[in-house]
Amino acid sequence: MSRIGVFVCHCGTNISATVDCPGVAEAIAKMPGVVHSVDYKYMCSDPGQTMIKEAIKEHKLDGVVVSACSPHMHEPTFRRACAEAGLNPYLCEMANLREHCSWVHEKEDATTVKAIDLVRKMVEKVKKNQPLYSIKVPVTKTALVIGGGIAGIQAALDIANAGHKVVMVERDPSIGGHMSQLSETFPTLDCSQCILTPRMVEVAQHPNITLHTYSEVESLEGFIGNFNVKIRKKARCVDEKLCTGCGLCSQKCPTKKNLSEFNEGLGYRPAIYSPFPQAVPNKPVIDKTQCTFFLKGKCKVCEKVCPTKAIRYDQEDQILDVEVGAIVLATGFNVLQPDFFPEYGYGRYKDVIQGLQFERLASASGPTSGEMKRPSDGKEPETVVFIACAGSRDEAKGLPYCSKICCMYTAKHAMLYKHKVHHGNAYVFYMDIRSGGKMYDEFVRRAIEEDGVKYIRGRVSRIYEEDGKLIVKGADTLLGHQTVEIKADMVVLASAAVANDGAEELAQKLHVSYDPYHFFAEAHPKLRPVETNTAGIFLAGACQAPRDIPETVSQASGAASKVAALFSQSELTREPIIAVVNRTAPPLYSTCTGCALCVPACPYQAIEMEDIKNRDGRVVKRAAKINPGLCQGCGTCVALCRVKAIDLQGFSNEQIFAELMAL
Amino acid sequence: MTKIAYYPGCSLLGSSREYDESLRAIAGPMGFDLVQVPDWNCCGASSAHSLNHELSLALPARILALAETLGVEEMLVPCAACYSRLVTAHHDLAESAETRERIVEIIGMPCQGTVKPLNILEFLDRHSDSFKDKVTAPFDKDVACYYGCLLVRPPKITKFDRPEDPRTMDNLVELIGAKALDWDFKVECCGASHSISKTDLVGKLSAKIIGNAVKKGAQAIVVACPMCQSNLDMRRSFINKAAGQNYTIPVIFITQAIGLAMGLGEKELGLHRHIVKVKYPEKKKVDAEVKPKAAAAAPAPAPVTQPEQTEEA
Repeated sequence: MSRIGVFVCHCGTNISATVDCPGVAEAIAKMPGVVHSVDYKYMCSDPGQTMIKEAIKEHKLDGVVVSACSPHMHEPTFRRACAEAGLNPYLCEMANLREHCSWVHEKEDATTVKAIDLVRKMVEKVKKNQPLYSIKVPVTKTALVIGGGIAGIQAALDIANAGHKVVMVERDPSIGGHMSQLSETFPTLDCSQCILTPRMVEVAQHPNITLHTYSEVESLEGFIGNFNVKIRKKARCVDEKLCTGCGLCSQKCPTKKNLSEFNEGLGYRPAIYSPFPQAVPNKPVIDKTQCTFFLKGKCKVCEKVCPTKAIRYDQEDQILDVEVGAIVLATGFNVLQPDFFPEYGYGRYKDVIQGLQFERLASASGPTSGEMKRPSDGKEPETVVFIACAGSRDEAKGLPYCSKICCMYTAKHAMLYKHKVHHGNAYVFYMDIRSGGKMYDEFVRRAIEEDGVKYIRGRVSRIYEEDGKLIVKGADTLLGHQTVEIKADMVVLASAAVANDGAEELAQKLHVSYDPYHFFAEAHPKLRPVETNTAGIFLAGACQAPRDIPETVSQASGAASKVAALFSQSELTREPIIAVVNRTAPPLYSTCTGCALCVPACPYQAIEMEDIKNRDGRVVKRAAKINPGLCQGCGTCVALCRVKAIDLQGFSNEQIFAELMAL
Repeated sequence: MTKIAYYPGCSLLGSSREYDESLRAIAGPMGFDLVQVPDWNCCGASSAHSLNHELSLALPARILALAETLGVEEMLVPCAACYSRLVTAHHDLAESAETRERIVEIIGMPCQGTVKPLNILEFLDRHSDSFKDKVTAPFDKDVACYYGCLLVRPPKITKFDRPEDPRTMDNLVELIGAKALDWDFKVECCGASHSISKTDLVGKLSAKIIGNAVKKGAQAIVVACPMCQSNLDMRRSFINKAAGQNYTIPVIFITQAIGLAMGLGEKELGLHRHIVKVKYPEKKKVDAEVKPKAAAAAPAPAPVTQPEQTEEA
């Protein structure tokens, strides 16, 4: 006869408000096999756990049912408590009285009856539970960092400085990300490049970091501690070992009129190019879609002028196989595309630009060398209108969220403009000013009070061109919705931050969840902000949600410390919730018939067929064998097995049937 | 012939009779039989929704209920204001069972929401194949397509085209040989029903619309709303007064433009009913069309506008 203890939690009033907890404990006490049944206000608290531990010893319990919240929340807590009292942790189960009962029903008798049913079925399950023992797996102490912006750079450096190997993959020809495009950074107005480029160089030179630029993640297999990544190293058409980065090829390339991605389309670059002079690595790539040789079959000017003969037109994409133990996702964000703003004429009027384009105009390394010249005719704009929330917080545009960084960078833009054009007029249309952060609100006040930027609270409904001016039509809601029309020379849209191109596909490749806007989802919005739901994969920066540099850097360091903690163990402990094939002794009598249907059904390639031989070495039977390191316990094979020869440990058919029979 | 329910609304029987005439003229060749909703009533536009919420739903709901008796799935509503009311009622009744119950109780007849209101552009766009190959006299003009405020808004309810820069009418006029100009005030407010109470305001607002179209080199403004048409056409004297210009650009309905391209007669399409004579200016370069104010006296404003001017004085 079993000796089971049942512990009913009130969860404050979360459960007890609608469920009669003492009544549940009382009813369950009468069940055969239950020797101890009590209720308590907070079972997860220290006194609650002590109660469980003492009861195990006192009543010699051989099974525990904690009737509280979701096992997602506290199963590890209670199993640990049981283990401390000497009970095998897998003999402890949870009945979910909160999410499955008290939160979704009104207070009435039927709610308590349902709660009793939920506990009763768990009691029947526990009677069938077997002690299980956790599985140990080795850890590959190398981290993969995807994305070479400031988030990736910070995470890579922190992990590398903790003494672990890092492989960094960056899609573009250079690392640096959006931060390398910025002119100055708020709230101190220090030059973005000046603080970023030393970090970029550090990444390139760090003995623990292997950098793959112009590369993308092709596929991912494996699990925490033991990932297997395929990286596609796209053909640069340049031998990186020979190239010295002298730049002669770019100077002599005849195809010069290609819009520069780095300058956000405001400048040009040749077909063989480094995105910017401080690029890391400073080795050019050939853009095959624009190179005359690849389009027309002749030219080869770069090959002729290259002093080290590093040009390789026949170079092909390489696939690299890398084994890593943890992954940091730091793929960043993008800004909203022009199609969203027909009413603002973005894409139609040259002088309507978005925030990143303004950064390039203001940057000393930009197409105007930092002089304030508008794109259409190169004239200095006398009046500039900045529009915050272009797309953000606008459900009509499908983006209800706040892009978070725009209030600050708009203030910065207006300030930078006023610093360069003292007599100019800068107007900012805003909904609210969200400037929470150290020195942030002071920064916005400085723009308004010291630099004389005119803030107008209201939205812009339309921008159109008239007599060479951009007419910005909006409302001033602080003056009673008075219509405002400003004749501007240039308009800067603080267009919404959106998930980066390809974020969705990458998330699917890595089995990471994402939100409706394709930002990667954290495991818990408050308590596990840098982890994903996939063990061993962590998040850093704006790929999770729009965020500014200080926040990105903090999160990257957070993700790095998670990786370092993971790598501090010599082996990982895994839950023994895996599938096993019924292997009797002698194995000849295993119920597995060797049909091998489970082999292709396994999504993790964890099943293979094994020949069972007799003493003479003759094959007498073929049976399935499951690799405990690869099995994720999904149960697909269990459902598929025709002869019920496979069982999931902890969720065996016997246990599930016992649960059902109790209802 | 395909049967489709037809709700003309008050404008198409009165001030915008030519819209009704031209629509009927092209519907036949397009293969459509317009079946007028029996015993139809006012849609409640302009006033009901600012007075009484239930009334503003009950009026159009009654029309929807009557249309359901015809056994059709779609109802063509050429007037943009009527369309707005009908599509809103259709949407609100579908969204809330409670609202539907209440409204059905008020109108005293069942309303299942099985008939979907279609605006004129939706209708023409869906069936563009049925007039595309009947173009015998291409409408070879540079035109500004003016959508007005109600056809595309609110997007949540109309679910039709891009609210700030719609393209449907532009595509339609291209099909009949016209060139749709890129201009700035496609969906700007013309002043709508203020035409009666604040005619000067309508003059001011509509002047901006006409001025921009003329500036961009339009030879005609093509519209899909009787209110827009009457404001831009009938209130031309107020517009010219507000702008200090003498704009002569004609304002025609999309149905008239299609009819012309099909080779139908001007009278058949009601073009003779316009206040501003339908005479297209020469194709000109941008900015060249604005005439100096001195010439303002030339074409006399049509007599219909006179009473209002005196009323104001």
